[in-house]
Amino acid sequence: MSTLDLSALSARQVRDGIVAGDHSAREVADAAYARVEALDDRVHAFLQLTPELAYEAADRVDAARAAGDPLPPLAGVPAGLKDNMNLIGTRTTCGSRMLENHESVYDCTAVRRLLDAGALPIGKCNMDEFAFGSSTENSAFGPTRNPWDLDRVPGGSSGGSAACVAAGMTSISLGSDTGGSIRQPGALTGTVALKPTYGRVSRYGIVAFGSSLDQIGPFGTSVEDVALALEAIAGEDPMDATSSPEPIAPYGSLLEGSVAGLRVGLVTDMLEMEGCGREIRASVAAAAETFASLGAEVGEVDLPSAKHGLSAYYVIGPAEASSNLARFDGIRYGLRVPDAEDVTDLYARSRAEGFGPETIRRIMLGTYALSAGYYDAYYGQAQKARTRIIEDFRSAFERFDVLLTPTTPEVAFPFGEKSDPFTMYLNDVYTIPVNLAGNCAISVPSGVCPGTGLPIGLQIIGDHFAEVTILRAAAAFEAATGFDPVPPTVRALA
Amino acid sequence: MAITESDVRHVAMLARLALTNEQVGTLTVELDSLLGHIDELRRLDLEGVEPTAHPLAMTNRTRADVVRPGLSREDALRNAPETDGTAFVVPAITGGEDAS
Repeated sequence: MSTLDLSALSARQVRDGIVAGDHSAREVADAAYARVEALDDRVHAFLQLTPELAYEAADRVDAARAAGDPLPPLAGVPAGLKDNMNLIGTRTTCGSRMLENHESVYDCTAVRRLLDAGALPIGKCNMDEFAFGSSTENSAFGPTRNPWDLDRVPGGSSGGSAACVAAGMTSISLGSDTGGSIRQPGALTGTVALKPTYGRVSRYGIVAFGSSLDQIGPFGTSVEDVALALEAIAGEDPMDATSSPEPIAPYGSLLEGSVAGLRVGLVTDMLEMEGCGREIRASVAAAAETFASLGAEVGEVDLPSAKHGLSAYYVIGPAEASSNLARFDGIRYGLRVPDAEDVTDLYARSRAEGFGPETIRRIMLGTYALSAGYYDAYYGQAQKARTRIIEDFRSAFERFDVLLTPTTPEVAFPFGEKSDPFTMYLNDVYTIPVNLAGNCAISVPSGVCPGTGLPIGLQIIGDHFAEVTILRAAAAFEAATGFDPVPPTVRALA
Repeated sequence: MAITESDVRHVAMLARLALTNEQVGTLTVELDSLLGHIDELRRLDLEGVEPTAHPLAMTNRTRADVVRPGLSREDALRNAPETDGTAFVVPAITGGEDAS
């Protein structure tokens, strides 16, 4: 039985402990799998465990230390990987029957970089099918449960990546965010969750959903851990022409320093949106006061076009998804039905059988919006609304360095509560405009909801490539609030 | 606007999805509802606004025209439902057996 408790250690402490000889990377892997063993039959964060890969990585770290070699920045840090990220030696299912047996034949760049930095790949994390959803209820392999309350969703689509960190099964994880799929589960599980600027992290090797919106980003239990993970995965990649040549920074080392004089804009009109819970509003207002007490210059700002973000997104996202998912045709990979009459029959029946209800809904919506006669009314208008949203952010960032909104309008909700598709979509009302504009944003816990004790997330939005600014603001806020990231299911193990 | 079952069948054909009658019925109701929620888009006055296809101002970026390694044939075929060892096998696309 392992004596290490990953819930009590940050990623940096895991690595420092290996350097100091307090524990080996193997013992860290043991601790991760012991926690999986203790909790994952209830939480279901993982679709696949990869102990062979993890122990191989651990042995490399331990051998390097024994040889006196310098250890990489995430040496021995256990990590979860969303199951839409390719890694040779694993299946990459995207939470779909379509790809149930799909073996990766190449590595996702962000995953490769994380592992090259010494991280241990503990397993592949559950997700809403093809990343369509905000609860993991759309996974073909059953939902993930929230470690804060097993009767509630962990958020989605990167729900497994959020839950494995919240439950202390891994120190960090990678998710992907097209309309909020990192930040929303981050908020619902009390973890720190970052969506980098579009182009900051390569998208190579992730199964595409919305190619002008998708970004990979990290989860952790602290801002520092998230910054260290970003440092490992960020930067230009010759395999993704949309990855940015903008220089990266040593994010993990730039968190110190005061936020005195930082210009913080509280996005007032979004806060007043219908459907935002009273406790959530209060928490964000309190966060603004915290920033003011730290010496920041807090003001109010409106993003008047952001309220159209949801509509624009539910045209652009499905439109891009319907194009990207055209590749699943039963020919080169994926599920194929037997006894097809002809090739069209093969395509149509394989797709109908392999895709779940939400995936079919999105493909249908996107195909409709792009079809003859409707293109201008929907896709054309959505692209113009997107321009307006970008202009709103641009003018807001002329006055402010960071913007504050809630991450979500409510805390983690019970399974089955949002059976109407649009009600589910509303959960991403605060996160979606950021994807449309390509900005970076981080969700950081701002406290727990009085009564339920469930975590609330504060979204800190930055300008393009202003990751250092939002990470530093998040670190100062984190230090001032003193949130305890250990959920009750984990506490009960002690 | 009122989307009809015949619209749904047409879109399903475009998307190559063989839906059951029950699915067509459900999707007609759901898509109609979703389109109702996003109908505000059609009414926005966006005359003269430039459309955005991509959030960052990136121009065409090309790599050097140099041969580099790609997927091996074996890897490319590894996940295919049916192959003959060198290629993907698909049902006859033109003319049936006479054309072979």
